[in-house]
Order: sequence, then C-alpha cells, then structure tokens
Amino acid sequence: MANGDSQQIRFISPVGSVGGGISSAGLDEALAQAPHFIACDAGTTDAGPFSLGTGTSAFPREAVKRDLSLMLRAGRKANIPVIVGSAGTAGGDVHVDWVLQIAREIVAEHDLTLRTAVIYAEQDKAYLKRLLHENRVLPLDPAPPINDSVIDGTTRIVGMMGVEPLQQALSDGADFVLAGRCSDSALFAAIPLMHGIPPGLAWHAGKVSECGTLVCETLGNGVIFTTVSRDEITIRPYGAGLRCTPQSVAAHSLYENSDPYLHRECSGTFDLTKTTFEAIDGVTVRIQGSEFISQSYTVKLEGVELAGYQSIIVGGIRDPYIIRQLDSWLGSVRGYIDESVARVLGDKADKSLYSIIFHTYGINAVMGALEPNPKHLPHEVGIVLEATAPTQEMAHKLAQLSRQPLLHYPIDEWVGSITAFACLHNPAVIDRGPVYRFNLNHVAVPSTPVEMFRTHFIDLGGSSRS
Amino acid sequence: MILADIATLIRSKNAGPFTLTFDVMFADIASYRRVKDSGALNPSAFAKLYRCPVEKVRFFECENALAFKFSIPRPLTQGELGDGDMHGGQQFIPLMSVEIP
Repeated sequence: MANGDSQQIRFISPVGSVGGGISSAGLDEALAQAPHFIACDAGTTDAGPFSLGTGTSAFPREAVKRDLSLMLRAGRKANIPVIVGSAGTAGGDVHVDWVLQIAREIVAEHDLTLRTAVIYAEQDKAYLKRLLHENRVLPLDPAPPINDSVIDGTTRIVGMMGVEPLQQALSDGADFVLAGRCSDSALFAAIPLMHGIPPGLAWHAGKVSECGTLVCETLGNGVIFTTVSRDEITIRPYGAGLRCTPQSVAAHSLYENSDPYLHRECSGTFDLTKTTFEAIDGVTVRIQGSEFISQSYTVKLEGVELAGYQSIIVGGIRDPYIIRQLDSWLGSVRGYIDESVARVLGDKADKSLYSIIFHTYGINAVMGALEPNPKHLPHEVGIVLEATAPTQEMAHKLAQLSRQPLLHYPIDEWVGSITAFACLHNPAVIDRGPVYRFNLNHVAVPSTPVEMFRTHFIDLGGSSRS
Repeated sequence: MILADIATLIRSKNAGPFTLTFDVMFADIASYRRVKDSGALNPSAFAKLYRCPVEKVRFFECENALAFKFSIPRPLTQGELGDGDMHGGQQFIPLMSVEIP
C-alpha cells in the first residue's frame, strides 16, 4: 500500500455470494475509487446440508464463472488482490477444486496471470478425534452429541477459517486467494487488520459489507464500497437507486445472526453495543464505536452425516370428507403402508430402518407444531409423501408401496371404491437421492490459527499456464 | 392494533442450522417506542407463542436499528427429517397478531 493511503483501506464487496450476479456497471464505478482489494464469499449453510454432504455447489457453474471472471479481471485491471472464501457453497476441498478449475478456465480465456493461493479447510478425522480427546472440541448451544463414532460417521467436516491463513497467503504475494470455508467477515477484515486498522472497525466493516447490497434500504443491482480507517467505517453502494441509511446498516447486523451486538469470530468477538450510525449523504453511512474483545482462538466446525436416501410422491386431496379427518385418515394410510412394506419387503425393511412423513400443505405443513391456527381446514390440501431409507432402492419401493393406500384407502362416508389422492406425476415416485443432516455445532481449539488449514500456491496463466 | 399493522417488516430466518431468529422492524422511532413501551414483546410472551422454555429465548431491543430481535433454538435442526422450512423464513406468523395495546 502506498504511503499516502496508510490512513484508510478501501474495498469492494461486489455481491453477497459468488454466483449471485455481479453488477458489472457498479463494479466498474467502484473500481474507479481506487480500492485496495475485492472480496466475496461464495458459500453458506443457508441452503441446507446437501452441498457439504455431496460436494456440490448451490449455484450453477455458469453463474459462478461469470461472477468470478468479473472479479478476477477487475482485480488484474486494478492490480489488487481478489479474495474468495467458502468456495463452492460449502467450502470443502472438492468445492475449492471446483472453483479452482473455473478460475483456470477464466485465466486461459482472458489471458490473465494470477499468483493463486488455494487454502483448504476440510478437516482430518484423526486430527479432530485427537482434539476431542484433549477436550479441545467444545459444544455451542444447542449442540448434537459428539464422540469418535460421530466424527467417523460424518461425511465431510470443514473448519471456518479466520483472517490468519488469508493474511499469510497475501503476505506471500497472492493475487488471488481462493479459500475453503471461511468466516465471511474475515475475507474483508484480513487486509485492514494487516494495516493496523482497529479490529472492532475492521471486523464490523467486513460484517456490514459481506452480503453486498443487502445492507441497503432496498435490495438492488449494485456493489458495496467500504472505506475503513482508524476512526470510522464509511459504506456506500454503487448502483442505480441504491442507498445505505443509518437504519439499513444498523439493521443489517440483525440479519441471520442470533445476537445483533456480539459476533463471534475465531480470535474473539466484535461488539456493536456502542456503535453509532450516521448519514453522510443520501447514500453513505458513517459507522463508529465498534469494539473487539480478544478471546481464546477457536475454529467453528461444520459437518453433515448421511440421513438416508429419499423418494417422494406429490399430490393433493380435494374431498371435504377426507380433509375433515385428514390426520386420522393419513394415520390409517400409514398403518396400511407399514403392513404392505412388511409383507412385501419382509426383514429387509424393518420399521426402525425407514421413515415416512406426510407434509400436508394447507394444514400446518409449514409451521407444524408451532402453527397458531391449527384447526383451520382449507378446501384443498397438498401432500408430499417423503420416504427415507438406507438405500435409494428401498426408499423408492417404500414410495411405490405408498401410492395404492393413498389412492384407495376407504372412508366411512362413501360406499364402494374411492380414489382419494390426485397424483401430480406419472411415475408418481420421484427419487431425491441422498439426504444429509447437520451433525456438528462445535468449535475446535487449535494450537495455532493456521494449523487446521492447508495453503498451496499455484501460478495460473502466464508462462507457466496450467 | 396488532404488531403487523405497526411493523414495516416481521421476519424469521435461520441463524445457522441450529437457531431460528426473528426480527421486528419499524419505519420510525415513534412506532418502535410505542411497541417497546407497550411491553407486549418480551421473552415470556415469545416463549408462549413458540412453545419453548423462556430461558431459551434471547431478546434484544435495538433502538439504532428500530428493531426487536428474538432468537431460539430451532425446534428441528435445519433439514432434519420432517423440517418443513429449510430457511426458517415462514416461522414469524404468530408474531404478526401480537396485540399492541
């Protein structure tokens, strides 16, 4: 960083997630303001456990490539680093390699040269079991039980890195840092912290910037441009019709956080209790007073285990005689399905091995036991029958065996054979593949901030084009 | 009057796979204070609405954001078999009809 810039660090958060759709006009506008870096996260647990379980991305490859290409080209044009974390949605090694391959294509297609640091975040099970035995795996609240067999049975485990592995990569000259699972705020705090920005402001600047234009009053097409100095953060969007207001920026601290004031990171907690927000102009907000409390170093773990394989049937019921007794009717249908399964599949499908769940849309499907209006009956009910079993073959057969009882299970009000269920599809059964569950809500206590993460340098493009 | 008539946004969302969080937001300080001063939003009222132990309810009054926030453990972990709301986005409904005297 040039001497004249030593008082402040400027950066671009181009979009809430790589693949979300960067505004290239907004990016160009922000790039003209001499930023020191561009950073963006590419992941979340928001979509569910599937991405971590299967090693796949929640975004289409083309969407990730488009955004990554805009970022990497902008970074090279301005000669500033680009930092991407939580690659490929879940930030496992396979996700990182997937994004790395996309980066290789971009570099080749646009004739770029990129000194790339790839930081892997997937965790070795033997290492975690050793930490567990040393009481260095601690539960958060609420935490599922943990022991050696839980760790062994976990499909994939990632650790959420802090700023330190990123900073090491940047110090070693990376133009492009491609990280596995990473704290979103850390992607933005890493460089400001390297330049002596107070940690409360450095972390808070990351926090308010990491979701892109979600920090604005209304969501829209644009990028976020943030400046952080020893005394204050200023944040503004570049994009038509977008504005940050003191309320919108303050309110952003609430979004998807259980505590709006205290935000735990690896190295401590940033505290927004005394933070002030003030409008500078119609679109820019000044933030001051955010603090940081150093704590013992912990790394959050995320893991998923296979819950089984799933097949579903989708359809609806319109008959008011059935709808008024739907619970008991479905209970009878369920009993009949269990009998069929036992008769046809015998010992292969013990009841303890499988699960059949009815989601009854129109009656409490969305809120379940929390529904405040549980007695209301609609004129039509949508039903998703969800069969889960240890194999796809068994789940498929469970769903197949469920179709006839759903169609024809009798009610007293009608004499003779009925067809009670309006199937949406033929074949009625849709195989959903493997389904996963989150099975860790814990932190690890490593000996150093970097020991859980592995960094590889790769020169992409140029003379050593790969 | 009910809360939905005063708030500009009532929302729910996962805060990680194990926690549900609820935000109640207002357009102006007068509306925020009116709800705050009514005392209608508090941990025990929330615990009753969401059928969970009051000691599991975290409650925040965020005046600078003109917002109230509640957080509780998720009744079912996100994506667990039987969970019908992967993002937790449709769990705010009981808050809408809280009476604000």
